[in-house]
Amino acid sequence: MRLTCPSCGSRGLEEFTYRGDASVRRPAADASEQAWVDYVYLRDNPCGRHQELWYHGAGCRSWLVVTRDTRTHEIFDVRNARDVALTERQTDAGQGEIA
Amino acid sequence: MQTNRYSLFSLLWEACRGNTGWKPAWRKAEPSGPYDFIIVGGGGHGLATAYYLAKRYGGKRIAVVEKGWIGGGNVGRNTTIVRSNYLLPGNEPFYECSMKLWEGLEQDINYNAMVSQRGVLNLFHNDAQRAAYIRRGNSMILHGADAVLLDAEAVREKIPFLNFNDARFPIKGGLLQPRGGTVRHDAVAWGYARAADRLGVDIIENCEMTGLRIEQGRAVGIETTKGFIAAGKIGLACAGNSSRVAAMAGLRLPIESHVLQAFVSEGLKPFIDCVVTFGAGHFYISQSDKGGLVFGGDIDGYNSYAQRGNLPVIEDVCEGGMALMPRIGRVRLLRHWGGLMDMSMDGSPIIDHTPVDGLYLNAGWCYGGFKATPASGLCFAHLLARDEPHPVATAYRLDRFARGAVIDEKGMGAQPNLH
Repeated sequence: MRLTCPSCGSRGLEEFTYRGDASVRRPAADASEQAWVDYVYLRDNPCGRHQELWYHGAGCRSWLVVTRDTRTHEIFDVRNARDVALTERQTDAGQGEIA
Repeated sequence: MQTNRYSLFSLLWEACRGNTGWKPAWRKAEPSGPYDFIIVGGGGHGLATAYYLAKRYGGKRIAVVEKGWIGGGNVGRNTTIVRSNYLLPGNEPFYECSMKLWEGLEQDINYNAMVSQRGVLNLFHNDAQRAAYIRRGNSMILHGADAVLLDAEAVREKIPFLNFNDARFPIKGGLLQPRGGTVRHDAVAWGYARAADRLGVDIIENCEMTGLRIEQGRAVGIETTKGFIAAGKIGLACAGNSSRVAAMAGLRLPIESHVLQAFVSEGLKPFIDCVVTFGAGHFYISQSDKGGLVFGGDIDGYNSYAQRGNLPVIEDVCEGGMALMPRIGRVRLLRHWGGLMDMSMDGSPIIDHTPVDGLYLNAGWCYGGFKATPASGLCFAHLLARDEPHPVATAYRLDRFARGAVIDEKGMGAQPNLH
């Protein structure tokens, strides 16, 4: 398995560290206890497409959001986690204005 | 007349009549519900559960449904090690219960599972690790298990060819559990399947669960590729596929599925007479009765349902082996494979009710499920039959994460790929 880092190109797996499901979001500090339990412990653990965080520690040190098939290890998409977060923030802000 | 029981007498008797009377080890059963109990998953844990339900808890009308074939999953994919060298109070009584069941298993199920108490030796390489192993050994002894602390000389006497004077990781000694060892893994599956079958359990192979039928908040049966099967109580023992099956009940679990690889070398003359683990990396090795070196290391570290891994971990495992035991450097690898690990968030298993009435969960075994097979079956059977946890499995609750009562043997926190 190789990951194509947006900054460094195609690199071997041994350069990366895995940090798990990229779709979970930290709840607000005053969110319910159940929301925090969900965030810390519960996972969808899908058999198929999975969005996950990888850290390119032996390369550019970017955090990446990788979309990968957990059945075949096929990689569909690799993006900078920063870009994903910024896009998300803009979307959230947009929704806020509408509300 | 067919021969039912394995013994020296039956062996001689069958030898005299051309081996014509042996029965198949288990019937090819088809669903004939309703059942009192359905166990989903015909691996070691599921089969052991069905066996103990029938044997010790008087369970009637029991079925085990398995999506593949018996022995095709993790019970045939592990490194065959059994031990009870845990530290924490939630774990050690359970694993020691398992160890005791291993010791009587072959007589109990009338099957040669090649239980070999050859000892499990965990090496340490510095003072801090020595202190930690002394603490672990004391915990084991307090819970009725056995543990012996060996210094470097005693280890040298036992296994003289280890890399004792490595510059970075010199071997300072080890913690030995003499009662630990190995068990022939396939024979465990076949033996439990046969013993359960003899007690009337229907073992239904090639029957995949596709859905759960819930009526008025209670699970009443499962949809399968062989149709609907009604049941009073349903136990899930699906290892790496636990999250998928639990999702059919609308549940999310504190589990990620990961892939663990294991390896067997070409056959060699006997030279390793116990299980040895490297303390400065993750590497464990033993030698099978056929002579192959059976070894393994870390999980690959990313979510996977693929039953195959990648090369970096293979390299890492082999480096561990070379650091510990340089003489295996020119041994050729015969085969290697991967299995799906149900990695829980604290590295410890779950044997508990689910929020759905009539639905029970046995999962989260990480990569330590094989040694737990007998106790897991016993405790799950106890829970299914009596609706209360077995005394040695009271800590394995599903709600322990919400309560903050996690059992984190390695102290890694809620990150499954580090356990």
